Amino acid sequence: MLVLTRKINESIKIGDDIEITILSVSGEQIKIGIEAPKHIEIHRKEIYLDIQSENNQASQTSIDLLKQLNINLKTTR
Amino acid sequence: MKIDTKYHGEIHIEEKDIITFANGIPGFLEEKKFLFLPFGEDTGISIMQSVSNAGLAFVVTNPFLFLKEYDFTIDDQVVEQLQLESEKDVTVYVILTVQDPFENTTANMQAPVVLNSKKQLAKQVILTNTSYQTKHSIFEKGKVSAK
Repeated sequence: MLVLTRKINESIKIGDDIEITILSVSGEQIKIGIEAPKHIEIHRKEIYLDIQSENNQASQTSIDLLKQLNINLKTTR
Repeated sequence: MKIDTKYHGEIHIEEKDIITFANGIPGFLEEKKFLFLPFGEDTGISIMQSVSNAGLAFVVTNPFLFLKEYDFTIDDQVVEQLQLESEKDVTVYVILTVQDPFENTTANMQAPVVLNSKKQLAKQVILTNTSYQTKHSIFEKGKVSAK
């Protein structure tokens, strides 16, 4: 991992079109500004991992359980 | 063409039924082609089946069936990616995590699947700055009928 030290309002360029700026530092919280092309998706890592793991779990449904769910939905709706 | 599926056995599909997820979905980035197949009758449940991987399928539903006030903004980036021209072309699904017992089943409201039904393009959108959860209970407690 490349490690760089930056001060507030200083930036890092990644390639030609991504720029990351340190906006403010307050205690343990650091506010970062990111400029990137529209096709680059930017997410907080823990949220992305959460969605990934939820998708993994969701892909494991057995046919029996699915049938039970379906029968129950039919009676409640 | 014929494909094998996880819940529907072997089925016959048309090229035009295939929905493209240009970037895959988180955890399954290589899966770019899915079908939406209704499951059972009148329950609002559909299956999002991978075209290339018979064993990979997700249980999805219309979120407004159990959360009428569900709403979010589709940002410009997604509008562009899905080539959306009118909100009439938008269909929204959420992926269910079916639990055993099934009363504990949850819906991923934080990452809905947004579909342009005109262009057959879709994307699982991760909502930012939202209070919607990845595990939203779809059965309100007390409303579930006895087994």
